[in-house]
Amino acid sequence: MDQHLLSIILFTPLAGLAVLLFIPGSSKNVIRIWANVVAFAGFLVSLPLATRFDKGASGFQFVERAEWIPSLGVQYLIGVDGISMLLIMLTTVFGFIAALSSWNAVEERVKEYYAMFMLLQTGMIGVFLALDFFLFYVFWELVLVPMYFIIGVWGGPRKLYAAIKFFLYTLAGSVLMLLGILALYFQYHAQFGAYTFEIANLMKVVLEPGMERWVFWAFFVGFAIKVPMFPFHTWLPDAHVEAPTAGSVILAAVLLKMGTYGFLRFSLPLLPRASNDVEIVRILAILSIVGIIYGALVCLMQKDWKKLIAYSSVSHLGFCTLGIFALNPNGIAGSVLQQINHGISTGMLFLVIGVMYERRHTREISEYGGIAHVMPKYAIVFAIAMLSSAGLPLLNGFVGEFTILQGAFEANRVWAAFAVSGVILGAAYLLWLYQRVMLGQVTNGKNLRLPDLSAREMAVFLPLIAWALWIGVYPKPYFDILEKPVQQLVERVKPGYYQGQAALKAGVR
Amino acid sequence: MLLWLIPIFPLAGFVINGIFGRSRSKAFVNTVAIGSVLLSFAWVVKTLLALGELETAHIERYFTWIESGELRIGMDLAVDRLTAVMLLVVTGIGSIIHVYATGYMAHEDGYYRFFSYMNLFMFFMLVLVLGGNYLILFVGWEGVGLCSYLLIGFYYLRKSATNAGNKAFIVNRIGDFGFSLAMFLIVISFNSLDFGTVFSQVNRSGVNGTSEAAMTTIALLLMVGACGKSAQFPLYVWLPDAMEGPTPVSALIHAATMVTAGVYMVARSWPIYMHAPGAMNVVALIGLFTAVFAATIGLAQNDIKKVFAYSTVSQLGYMFLGLGSGAFSASIFHLMTHAFFKALLFLGAGSVIHACSGEQDMRHMGGLRTKIPWTCWTIFCAAIAIAGIPPFSGFHSKDAILLAAHHHAPWMYWVGVVTAAMTAFYVFRAFFMTFFGSYRGHHHPHESPASMIGPLVVLALLSLGGGYIAIPHFLDKFFPIMEEAHDATLVAISVAAGALGIGFAALLYVFKPGLPDSIVASLRSLHSLVYNKYWVDEIYDLLVVKPLVGISRVGLWRIADAGIIDGIANGVGGRAQGIGRALRLIQSGNIRSYATWVVAGSIAMIVAMGLVGGSR
Repeated sequence: MDQHLLSIILFTPLAGLAVLLFIPGSSKNVIRIWANVVAFAGFLVSLPLATRFDKGASGFQFVERAEWIPSLGVQYLIGVDGISMLLIMLTTVFGFIAALSSWNAVEERVKEYYAMFMLLQTGMIGVFLALDFFLFYVFWELVLVPMYFIIGVWGGPRKLYAAIKFFLYTLAGSVLMLLGILALYFQYHAQFGAYTFEIANLMKVVLEPGMERWVFWAFFVGFAIKVPMFPFHTWLPDAHVEAPTAGSVILAAVLLKMGTYGFLRFSLPLLPRASNDVEIVRILAILSIVGIIYGALVCLMQKDWKKLIAYSSVSHLGFCTLGIFALNPNGIAGSVLQQINHGISTGMLFLVIGVMYERRHTREISEYGGIAHVMPKYAIVFAIAMLSSAGLPLLNGFVGEFTILQGAFEANRVWAAFAVSGVILGAAYLLWLYQRVMLGQVTNGKNLRLPDLSAREMAVFLPLIAWALWIGVYPKPYFDILEKPVQQLVERVKPGYYQGQAALKAGVR
Repeated sequence: MLLWLIPIFPLAGFVINGIFGRSRSKAFVNTVAIGSVLLSFAWVVKTLLALGELETAHIERYFTWIESGELRIGMDLAVDRLTAVMLLVVTGIGSIIHVYATGYMAHEDGYYRFFSYMNLFMFFMLVLVLGGNYLILFVGWEGVGLCSYLLIGFYYLRKSATNAGNKAFIVNRIGDFGFSLAMFLIVISFNSLDFGTVFSQVNRSGVNGTSEAAMTTIALLLMVGACGKSAQFPLYVWLPDAMEGPTPVSALIHAATMVTAGVYMVARSWPIYMHAPGAMNVVALIGLFTAVFAATIGLAQNDIKKVFAYSTVSQLGYMFLGLGSGAFSASIFHLMTHAFFKALLFLGAGSVIHACSGEQDMRHMGGLRTKIPWTCWTIFCAAIAIAGIPPFSGFHSKDAILLAAHHHAPWMYWVGVVTAAMTAFYVFRAFFMTFFGSYRGHHHPHESPASMIGPLVVLALLSLGGGYIAIPHFLDKFFPIMEEAHDATLVAISVAAGALGIGFAALLYVFKPGLPDSIVASLRSLHSLVYNKYWVDEIYDLLVVKPLVGISRVGLWRIADAGIIDGIANGVGGRAQGIGRALRLIQSGNIRSYATWVVAGSIAMIVAMGLVGGSR
């Protein structure tokens, strides 16, 4: 099974989709059950990936290779390292969570709804698996389509605007990225006389510095829009606000990570000199920091609950990109861990909103107040989600933030000082949100009789809470898994980094 | 030694009460809540007895928590002499206050919620003092902040309470800004956060390595954190507001334990501070200024809990003064005696409030001496202790600090003495306003139940006799040796100042009750300045909160986000919308037709690339 483990993980959702097509659209509950079964199966088949993963091995594991379009040098080449393994686990877990949370949320076009999610799931897993740049690009674009429809069909009042904005933004980015890919592709041909999209081969290409910087910026636009980094973020609040709950959850938990993953998998290894260019690093760090602070400040002013959490993503992803461009082990390991953490915390926060939206059909913060009194279980879950997002120790967010900031501090103290202020603001906007929604007297009569969390809803939250606690208390397995790939990345971008550090330490002692 | 059992008992209490407490009786909740803290106390005593002299730290390492690159941070707990004192104070006072709270909270809603938060607080506080490295300390540090937030906002239906909770959390986070940066710098300098590793390197670094500048930076950043948690100027503003919480919370968290965490952290970091004399001086200055500043505010407050809150800020200032003067053991000693008498003052105040059916304004009290005598005389014990009257507990510890301050800089001693006079005055002012004269309220005051009086009596005994617990002797081997400068004259002067303050309070509030009003009238602007707490909250609002909100709302969101960035994007998007309208035609909502388009697009792309590739 190990031989085709990744293909099984990749195509389980598609197989589910194939069966789904034969279920009549009118039997909604059958569709729902089937979708949940498929999503859970998707999670189950991914479990061996975590258990059989060899964290001591360097390079890629579970590699599968097949010719696809030989004339173009395109291969079906997939494999994982620690970074992609964790992101795939995040994807399969949230695939299930998203399906489970959608039970009551969608009444129209139920079949198409779940079909889109299954397609999306395969696309996202493919992005994290692909080791061939062409294959990666296919999955990257594939993701765009179902997400576009999820927002555009099942979204809120301004769904069309949001969907088109989302589509155009990301499409614009990926077109530029494609140019960058093609540049590498043809350069490889010029230097080695063959066509390939295989990343390991493309890494051998030596671009002249000016060219490398151009390619870097082309990649940057594609990835930065996806993350999204300031100032490419304005599609995100609209997309989140209009998307149905499960769409927001997947968008925040997994889709945004495609951008940060792109930096780690492509920008850094393929363009190491540009990635280590002082000017470029400075610009990226500053954009990250601006994102952190700007996102948090804008959060303070939101009247729409969902928009607030959307902007908080801008702030949190700023930490992730800052960690990456700290270009040291702490920064990058922290960044990957924080990508997982952001998925858990923000995923939970969007689910929290979804629970309330299903009951009240409004996201205006001023419509609420005193909910804790009516829905005590919900109050606890929301509090945990909020605290995990705010980086409280013993919950997940703290470990990632601390490691990133340590890395940032090692790279540049001023960066870290600015970034830490984002932590203060993070507490401020979340506590204030919680106060306005949950605390005080119930001021709106419509909120007096809201039912507390159902068993199904609890089942959505409990695994995420457990996961948050696990990472908060015992994150060592994650650091172990990340050690090798992070080491390789740092060595690639900063050759001799580890030797230098060792020499430095020896000098101190 | 199973040190982990010490915090685990209250954590278990939190979990049990949190999950099952709602549907169980009060007796069940009480048993779990008090039982867990008592077990923890018992385990502390047993551990300390077994560890004996504690010449060196006893360390238990459980597992690696964070490991990334070169950095390794363990889940380590450690006990040394400093921790021993803190453990006894936290679990001892904690037990007493838990007992008291069963009486005080008996008629409140959310009884189980209250006690599960209290247990959670005990857990984090014990983690804080037991932590074997800075990051574990920080876990406790943030955790107690969370519990403080939860408990200040316990009456969450009240807007002012939830506001106060938010304020406490956010101001503390500002302090954590410094603490975090300090930790990053420690890691860079010493490649560890472990107390033992860091301090041994610090002590060697006099020869080589980390410079005094780096030490000073670390020390100052740690101090910023301590200023947040221990309510020092300019970050003290959250503590008075924190009195929105139930009174046992004020006693446990905002007087006896949590707010002393900053003092503990600085004392814990003494090797760093000893290499940063400049930072020491800053600590002393901030402490002294806070002591005076808060004491003056305390002079004019009418809310009984607010008086004691500012008194706490002021007393914490004394502890900082001691730390900055190098008198670490005196500061920890004062931390302990303060825990006795300030917990007693708050619990006594709670008993008064309980008696007056929730009234907190001293102008509506008076004459309660005869109606609630137990409360009255136990508060009296606390009052003479804090006023520094020998031989009671506050005298011993405060004098040790003042003498050290004199050794550090004589003028600081004199300012400290003036503050001592003010302290005696405001405490006895509160005492006289509450218990003397005639009753000015409309309720029928009644003495509190035994579950509340019992703890008051225990604390009263500790306040009176606690000065004879040999903490300084015990800690002198832990901290660097200080030159003894025992000067009977200086001691006499500070005692006289305390007595003067008491006498003045008695004159104004017992013998000439009309006098305060005429003094206030003649010093109207000064009184209004102090009464309104120097308008610090308003100034912060004007200088920090309003601009931040304004910038965010108008500058960032409306103009930058919605205006500029989206304007550009929509300009592009406007044209794209035309295309979008065309695209909409192919949105049939039919899966198969979408799939066709995806396939067609892919083929088109591949063909195009083939052509491009072929042309080269």
